[in-house]
Amino acid sequence: MTKLNSKIPEGLLKDKWSNYKAHQNLVNPSNKRKLDIIVVGTGLAGGAAAASLAELGFKVKNFCYQDSPRRAHSIAAQGGINAAKNYPNDGDTVYRLFYDTIKGGDYRSRESNVYRLAEVSNDIIDQATAQGVPFAREYSGLLDNRSFGGALVSRTFYARGQTGQQLLLGAYSALSRQIGLGNVTMYNRTELMDIVIVDGKARGIVTRNLITGEIESHFAHAVVLGTGGYVNAYFLSTNAMGSNGSASWKAYKKGAFFANPSFVQIHPTAIPQHGEFQSKLTLMSESLRNDGRIWVPKNLEDAKAIREGKKKATDIPEDQRDFYLERRYPAFGNLVPRDVAARAAKERTDAGYGIENNPAGEGVYLDFKYAIERLGKNVIEERYGNLFQMYEKITDDNPYITPMKIFPALHYAMGGTWVDYELQTTIPGLFSIGEANFSDHGANRLGASALMQGLADGYFVLPYTIQNYLAYEIGTPRSNPKEVKEFKEAEESVKSYLNKLMGIKGKTSVDTFHKRLGHVMWNNVGMARTEEGLKEAIAEIQQIKKDFWSDLKITGEINAMNVELEKANRVADFIEIGELMARDALNRNESCGGHFRLEYQTDEGEAMRRDDKFMYVAAWEYKGDDQEPELHKEELKYEGIEVKTRNYKSA
Amino acid sequence: MSSKTINIKLKVWRQKDATTKGKFENYELSEISTASSFLEMMDVLNEKLVGEGNEPVAFDHDCREGICGMCSLFVNGHAHGPDTLVTTCQLHMRKFKDDETITIEPWRAGGFPVIKDLMVDRNAFEKIMQAGGFVSVSTGGVPDANAIPIPKKDSDEAMDAASCIGCGACVATCKNSSAMLFVSAKVSQLALLPQGKLEASRRAKNMVAVMDELGFGNCSNTGACEMECPKGISLAHIARLNREFLVATIKE
Repeated sequence: MTKLNSKIPEGLLKDKWSNYKAHQNLVNPSNKRKLDIIVVGTGLAGGAAAASLAELGFKVKNFCYQDSPRRAHSIAAQGGINAAKNYPNDGDTVYRLFYDTIKGGDYRSRESNVYRLAEVSNDIIDQATAQGVPFAREYSGLLDNRSFGGALVSRTFYARGQTGQQLLLGAYSALSRQIGLGNVTMYNRTELMDIVIVDGKARGIVTRNLITGEIESHFAHAVVLGTGGYVNAYFLSTNAMGSNGSASWKAYKKGAFFANPSFVQIHPTAIPQHGEFQSKLTLMSESLRNDGRIWVPKNLEDAKAIREGKKKATDIPEDQRDFYLERRYPAFGNLVPRDVAARAAKERTDAGYGIENNPAGEGVYLDFKYAIERLGKNVIEERYGNLFQMYEKITDDNPYITPMKIFPALHYAMGGTWVDYELQTTIPGLFSIGEANFSDHGANRLGASALMQGLADGYFVLPYTIQNYLAYEIGTPRSNPKEVKEFKEAEESVKSYLNKLMGIKGKTSVDTFHKRLGHVMWNNVGMARTEEGLKEAIAEIQQIKKDFWSDLKITGEINAMNVELEKANRVADFIEIGELMARDALNRNESCGGHFRLEYQTDEGEAMRRDDKFMYVAAWEYKGDDQEPELHKEELKYEGIEVKTRNYKSA
Repeated sequence: MSSKTINIKLKVWRQKDATTKGKFENYELSEISTASSFLEMMDVLNEKLVGEGNEPVAFDHDCREGICGMCSLFVNGHAHGPDTLVTTCQLHMRKFKDDETITIEPWRAGGFPVIKDLMVDRNAFEKIMQAGGFVSVSTGGVPDANAIPIPKKDSDEAMDAASCIGCGACVATCKNSSAMLFVSAKVSQLALLPQGKLEASRRAKNMVAVMDELGFGNCSNTGACEMECPKGISLAHIARLNREFLVATIKE
């Protein structure tokens, strides 16, 4: 008995979105200005949605925890954004982009959403160009493309190695225009603390002003979460320090189902960890795999000598290098999808071939020697100059001369709040967009697809679908939250929660708990998972939770800026998210995409899906702090694509 | 990635809030890995302070990979510290010597009041952007991305300007606290592209008007901003801003 209604429109796959738009309800212009929409988050999804909804005439309130909407972590995306433009004339189509995305996600995403994503992908490139986003161009003056993992065509648009920055600044410029016009009220340095439900519908949020500590309420006719992913549960990740899962988690506790929490992406090319004080991992763009070749030494002795500093990469002769991706996956080579590349790196380092001098010997080479020989240093510098500079500043090594050292790192959450075709959660009036929702990437996201999905949701999907809900809200007057019982209760509960955190007065800092959690997550809920390890993780995380709530130490005041308190609120949620992730991974007795259970693999070490038992979205319902969550299944049906075993060995 | 450890002394600006007077506090840290980033060193300091029951030092930071523009800090008299083309989060401890005293201050500029410790309010930049840092296009109904070819040179130059991360190092460095480099980067980017060209002079005029209103000083062409800019934004963009501003004045 499922409570999930995905609201997939009738008709052929290619007609669904057109049919939907043709028949959905819309709100007329004079009513739009009577309707308030809260958008939490200002990244590609949130920022684009806030701007687009305001342009349509809605009154928008937009929130971010940073000092400016331009800081959202979408800004750090390096490589590019996919679209089915087929400018290079290499055979791309909307269907092929759809096909690659479903296959890349290992047949665990919702077909209708992904097809719509591929359909609107071209509009995004047009929109960004119109905003003045300086995408890379050819001497013809036309746009350039490059290739990314999991595709046989070149469909990735880019702006040097700063594509996310440029797309975000495009959305930010549109948002700034609407703020200036008075259509968006912007709340910087403000954190969501709870979602307020009135008569079963999302009616607003309670926030904390991060400068003054003040608790405030905000009313709206609908609430949109564009709050990103939750992989900072692992402590070390490529996410920003402030990236958190708290908005989605508060929504979960208010009744929004959380889908596929165990589906997280471990990106194959980040700079390896250097020491215990490390605060985050820096990504090296997937685009580097276009020209870099990944290898480790063929001999264990060579790997050991390199780790001990007795040999250098350049000492290893050509025939003693194992280009393991090219060896294992001849058709896609270095451009296999991220989950495949990450696992292959782990396989080599586990076998003792790692080259980095850190405790676990975790590291492999990404070598540009061959590309520099083929194309010249200038070309490589033009393509990746800023990434090479970034690498050198962090590691003190020059990647034009010695190969980069890289290793997989937590990067992105495919899982997230469950949404239907309209991007609405199981709470009426609460929507979730971009990385915060679960819908488009299945068990693995392809490179250059996050920017595509965030902007698709923000510019071209939500501004339509939200109206199908709001059309029934035109009779709901704006209310003053000070006069609404539910807001007052929510404020009281937030205050008492914060008081409880401040009142523990233990001995251990927030970061210490966060690192402890991260350790368990990386070891037991990381790239290789087992039933035993996951059970152990659940027990350990429950212990961390107990210790957190009895021994946490926060200095400073509650009614003022308090960075430790901010972190404590986020880490308290990460602990619970971590437990749900482990629980979901334990339930899923198969391997698919980024979720790899050692018990379920082929003789060649590839992921073994079990479509007969697990071709579903696992959506978890919160049942109370002391109870196990309830699992709901959304069965996945594929009509427009044949379900196959992923194969990147041959075309 | 060879690393060793160093001992350092810190002189850190502490200020309770916008209205309270601040002062320097001295701290000492031992065995800091030279492979650590500067902000990881700050994390170590803060863990120590929390452990001792004191309030940690407040400073802005987020992405820690040099792109979000949130981190600031004036380190030993330089915006983003003594390395070139980096933000504070990309600065590494290998740039410092054993036993060195490191002075850490917030951005100091009239347009950027201190919120707490090393954290400043850069909302003035938001107001400037809202006045004109955009192409007046709404979502939908735009031409195909390849409908208007753009010379690669112009596009590349626009990209150079667009690399600005809005951190405010230029303002903090300038003896006049001028925001001209920041404003010119956006004006220049959009003026170089056909999509933004139509509104170029109007944009320059509107952004400059708000900049003047918010207490940023004039540009006297010393070029310190360009030297300290973590993204190497060129002074040439200020020339383009002046040109567009002049056109706007003549049009009136």
